[in-house]
Amino acid sequence: MDAFLGQVFTGLSVGSVLILIALGLTFTFGQMGVINMAHGEFIMAGAYTAYMLQDLMGGGVSLLVALPVAFFIAGAMGLLLELVLIRRLYGRPLDTLLVTWGVSLMLQQLARDIFGAPNVQVRAPGWLGGSLHVAGASFSISRIFIMGLVVVCVVGIWLFLTKLPQGARMRAVMQNRQLASCSGLKTHSIDRLTFFIGSGLAGIAGVALTLLGSTGPTLGTNYIVDAFLVVVVGGLGQLKGAVIAAIGLGLLNSFVEYGTSASLAKVVVFVAIVGFLQVRPQGLFVLKSRGLA
Amino acid sequence: MTEAPKRKRLWLSTVMVVMLLGAACGQEAGDTPGGGTTATDEGDTIKVGLLHSLSGTMAISEVTVRDAELLAIEQINAKGGVLGKQIEPIEEDGASDWPTFAEKAQKLISVDNVAAVFGGWTSASRKAMLPVFEKNKALLWYPVQYEGLEQSPYIFYTGATTNQQIVPGLDYLKSQGKKKIFLVGSDYVFPRTANKEIKAYAEANDMQIVGEEYIPLGNQEVATLVNKVVAAQPDAIFNTLNGDTNTAFFKEYKTKGIAPETVPIVSVSVAEEEVRAIGPEFLAGHLVAWNYYQTTDTPENTAFVAAFKDKYGDDKVTSDPMEAGYVAVNLWAAAVEKAGTTEVEAVKEAAAGIEFDAPEGKVTIDGPTQHIYKTARIGLIGADGLITQISGSEGPIAPDPYLKSYDWAEGLS
Repeated sequence: MDAFLGQVFTGLSVGSVLILIALGLTFTFGQMGVINMAHGEFIMAGAYTAYMLQDLMGGGVSLLVALPVAFFIAGAMGLLLELVLIRRLYGRPLDTLLVTWGVSLMLQQLARDIFGAPNVQVRAPGWLGGSLHVAGASFSISRIFIMGLVVVCVVGIWLFLTKLPQGARMRAVMQNRQLASCSGLKTHSIDRLTFFIGSGLAGIAGVALTLLGSTGPTLGTNYIVDAFLVVVVGGLGQLKGAVIAAIGLGLLNSFVEYGTSASLAKVVVFVAIVGFLQVRPQGLFVLKSRGLA
Repeated sequence: MTEAPKRKRLWLSTVMVVMLLGAACGQEAGDTPGGGTTATDEGDTIKVGLLHSLSGTMAISEVTVRDAELLAIEQINAKGGVLGKQIEPIEEDGASDWPTFAEKAQKLISVDNVAAVFGGWTSASRKAMLPVFEKNKALLWYPVQYEGLEQSPYIFYTGATTNQQIVPGLDYLKSQGKKKIFLVGSDYVFPRTANKEIKAYAEANDMQIVGEEYIPLGNQEVATLVNKVVAAQPDAIFNTLNGDTNTAFFKEYKTKGIAPETVPIVSVSVAEEEVRAIGPEFLAGHLVAWNYYQTTDTPENTAFVAAFKDKYGDDKVTSDPMEAGYVAVNLWAAAVEKAGTTEVEAVKEAAAGIEFDAPEGKVTIDGPTQHIYKTARIGLIGADGLITQISGSEGPIAPDPYLKSYDWAEGLS
């Protein structure tokens, strides 16, 4: 029983990190048809933000400060990428893939030049150190903290999308760009907002990841493939889909790994996804529209 | 009419900017030769290659070995170099990618014509480089402990082989009454081979392996692995993880609240540098098996640590692979002096029996195996991040890469 609980917890924890990363991707992919390979580097930027703030302010509160700061730094980087490159590549998903892959490599090298090639460590504040022991299983506080953080982010995004006029516009563009444009929406400025928020979430994910491991230039690349899997399984541009797919993949991975090994678990998860996409190529959730396309 | 000249001017200025940039880059490249030596003429220097991962998941460990090798070169140069010539280091980045190691090794040999290469950390990188050195009949000095069962005529092994590190580590666990061992490792050749040997040892010594798990290199998601370890309730954990996975592993293990005194983790790829990077608070109380610690009490080590801190900063630590890299350069230089030439076959022949007063104590090159005699030391990680020896062999142990002197190891090679 305690092993089962432990694995459920691990799966939820892995899944919650994936949610943060995949949310940004699912919006940019779903809304703009942009395959942003540099998304992983926004995670890295978030993690290094936590590292720099720790140097500036010392441990303790720096992590909490890092969350909003990383959101803005990663968001600003996303905005810049949109303004400089992606704006010129709408409707050419393959080109965006190659260009952002190049940007991703450049950002990794930049991080290497600035922070050095060896990975750096962010010391978690003391109150995140221990773990809770419930029913014979132990739950690490830092992982609980990350889950709480993800819940806050998801609820925030959901409120934004459903309650605020900017969110409504975002959804409008996501559902039908031409119609939204005809109705007088400035789709380009909405794209920029989407990119800013999506990238910012990746920054927050980066801060969260510093609690679990070390921070290096290739931190993001470890997660980008999994995040794309979540997007594809969840359905493009779907908040609900991303959340369910991320948690599902996290749980599947943790249980298969417990029964077999880390390498085999990856294989099983990939096979499961390929099988799933045979049945539902459009993912868990699909935008219902009366459009002809 | 005004349009054309403007455009021309723009074009001209673009060309000038490009030219200036090009000139600036060229200047920069010209200002930084190989690795800081002042020698200019090809004939005045002996080139050696330093091939380590300066980027990627292994950089955490390998950069410091490169630093130690540079220190050794600098010291030898200050004393007049070898054969009256200065040593000129040429650095290449293996980028934690094994094919890159083979590629860069070939480049060092055929383009730079180096006399010897010092490099590698993971066994995967060594295995990738091995055919390159054998094909070109060039010399590689490999400075890291490894899994044994190898003896290339073109590689000198200055790190420990199994019977100088892993076997003493197991002997120690046995002496402490640890019966149930859990094996965790990165998923590549060193951990898998080492664990094969450990399992053979356990079978012969009435120990039980209660689990064996591998994680892909660079993977930082270890929660499931740690859950499995805890569920198996071992007496001790034998850790052959490499690179950054160690950070995530020790952090996660700490949250389980198991005291290191009850279930210690014995690591063979975690030294002072990694302890510092991961954070001593996660490692204090756990064990390591090596041949050298920063605290090793020899006059040579006092000088080595002081020189290293002097060159790289007071906050730096020294570790076993760094020391082995430092030793490798010194042994090579001594062999070249003895041979009177840098020619590979002559150096190999001269190397047999060469002694060096290393920071770890006296080391001797064993001619037939091209490994060196080393003292085994079991260490306890302290809260200050330094490692103190708690047990050790009496004097240097003869290298036995194929474990021929152990009955239980029959059939492994």
